[in-house]
Amino acid sequence: MQQEARLIQGNQAIVEGAIYAGARFYAGYPITPSSEIAEECSRVMPKVGGVYIQMEDEIASIAAVVGASLAGAKAFTATSGPGFSLMQENLGLAVMGEVPCVIINVQRAGPSTGLATRPAQSDVMQIRWGRHGDQAIISLSPSSVKECFTLTVQAFNFAEKFRVPVILAADEIVGHMRENFIAPAPGELEVIDRKRPTGPPDQYKPFVADEDGVAPLAAYGDKYVFHVSSSMHGPDGYSNNSPANATWRVTQLHRKLELHRDEIVLTRSFYTDDDIEVLLVAFGATTRAARAAALEARKNGIKAVVLQLITLWPFPDKEVAALGQNSKMIIVPEMNYAGQVAGEVQKALGSNKDIRRVNKYNGQIITPHDILKVMK
Amino acid sequence: MSYATGLKYLKDGVLPHMWCPGCGNGTVLGALLRAFEELKFKKEETVVVTGIGCWGKADDYVVTNALHTTHGRALAFATGIKAFNSKLNVVVLMGDGDSVTIGGNHFIHAARRNIDLTAIVVNNMNYGMTGGQVSGTTPSDKLTSTTVYGNPEREIDICTLAEVAGANYVARGTPYHGWELQKVITEALTKKGFSVVEVISPCPTHFGRNNKLKPALAMFRWLKEKAIPVEKYNPVTYPREEGYFPIGRLVDRDAPDFNSRYEEIRARAMRS
Ligand SMILES: Cc1ncc(C[n+]2csc(CCOP(=O)(O)OP(=O)(O)O)c2C)c(N)n1
Ligand code: SF4
Repeated sequence: MQQEARLIQGNQAIVEGAIYAGARFYAGYPITPSSEIAEECSRVMPKVGGVYIQMEDEIASIAAVVGASLAGAKAFTATSGPGFSLMQENLGLAVMGEVPCVIINVQRAGPSTGLATRPAQSDVMQIRWGRHGDQAIISLSPSSVKECFTLTVQAFNFAEKFRVPVILAADEIVGHMRENFIAPAPGELEVIDRKRPTGPPDQYKPFVADEDGVAPLAAYGDKYVFHVSSSMHGPDGYSNNSPANATWRVTQLHRKLELHRDEIVLTRSFYTDDDIEVLLVAFGATTRAARAAALEARKNGIKAVVLQLITLWPFPDKEVAALGQNSKMIIVPEMNYAGQVAGEVQKALGSNKDIRRVNKYNGQIITPHDILKVMK
Repeated sequence: MSYATGLKYLKDGVLPHMWCPGCGNGTVLGALLRAFEELKFKKEETVVVTGIGCWGKADDYVVTNALHTTHGRALAFATGIKAFNSKLNVVVLMGDGDSVTIGGNHFIHAARRNIDLTAIVVNNMNYGMTGGQVSGTTPSDKLTSTTVYGNPEREIDICTLAEVAGANYVARGTPYHGWELQKVITEALTKKGFSVVEVISPCPTHFGRNNKLKPALAMFRWLKEKAIPVEKYNPVTYPREEGYFPIGRLVDRDAPDFNSRYEEIRARAMRS
């Protein structure tokens, strides 16, 4: 059954994607430019039998999301820079406790309160490393209203499949952009639910992984009784501070994502060529400017190719290397000062490759013209 | 009639526990586990949520479901659990640091929401785990490792805060009054809405040493003298300035809890 096309906002598509993926719990605290997500959830959640709760702050919001997830919900929250910073400690607990959940970070310009209503892509490193300690997470970045929907579904699927928090690194541009959107029919996109334990309840160990590196997760209230801890814990979830146990735990947190690296790392390339003259490595909303710039360049006979990084973390280093090795020029446009993604591209390609950066950090979007200028 | 021991909720092979000799935490845990037994709580349907600190280690000893959280945030995690699954018995174990100092805001809002949780707060009047620093409940002028000349600030009264913020049930106890403590914990666990049991239990190792309540026996004598059953308590005969405080059930009311209210909202949403 073909759904009708509607003109909707990215933030709305995120909520629709979450509901499609089976999300039934939202806890959050309003912040521009993510507030429409909370507002829409408050309207929709009670209609689908779910729960919307506005918590007292972002620390509480992510905490409630983790609690609900352990009670069996597909749970999520949405925020922006300052709120995302507040969530970090409890996000670390979600990593440590291997609790599936989705955090939408509709990025805005900082530092601090910064330009509260303007876009940025400057949380890339905070998303990866914002928490203390060794931790592995997944992050995806949408470039359109449609991707706001599909990548939210993908984010829940990864979260559930790998028992890991997934951060959707959106930005103000895609969050507030309106585009024509046709919702996928039920069943059209794959929806994954977490693996539940099946053995005898007295033998359930919430942190003993199957061969795929991921342990089944019960829900509080099931016949399986289990412990989850922010402290270093053993296979049964009870605290355990031995060095051997710590090595095992931290390795396991990373290993489950490493085992499935190729499934998690998603990229898309536009306008392929064997001998690439200019490779544009882009992510999020900036992908749009990169594509327009590449088309413009191609009109002038320059073989320009765009590699969109759909997955930001784990970083698509192999994919970047594969295209980057054969390119004469590599350009990374991004809305931050230091070139947070450009640095990773450099790492993937080695220090002898020259990478041109296009950085804008004044709350204005990067235009195709900004990119064309550095092609010269 | 058999005497409740609470042993079926205690993990095998964990004794002796890690708390210092004379610490009230073991007594409070005993009262909680016996209350579970009295109420025939199923471990599958019970979730013990803990904060960080000495009392926050209590989850190591229980065989119910458990979630050991971050410092000060236990109530927020518990809120998510209860808001999603109203059938669970959710018990939140926090120190005075967790509950009303770093976590003060969550405490106020859990009470305001009247979410059906039971908070058992062990108020040891300082930060035990980190070495006896001042807390939001350390009385004025008392000595701690960070108020070596006396505490210049005033203390929070946890029960009064819970009452004004909207908790349905508020009680106070001490580890000296073990039986009475078990009674109020049992009441709190059965009460719908937000329930708080504050247990006054000065940390003998740090607070006690600094404030002439050491050995632990002196602390228990002090509890025996200063804790007055609420039925007998009168602020004129027992002035707060001299350290007297009422114990027993202080607040008991029946405002609708969050989950019942949300059910009504859901029904409205479905109709609209
Ligand atoms: C965010 C954060 N800040 C500080 C600490 C260090 N810390 C651990 S326990 C604690 C205080 C514990 O006091 P309380 O909650 O009263 O529990 P008690 O140990 O007295 O039972 C502190 C400050 C921490 N773990 N996390
Ligand atoms: S430090 Fe104080 S609160 Fe902690 S276990 Fe020892 S006596 Fe109890």
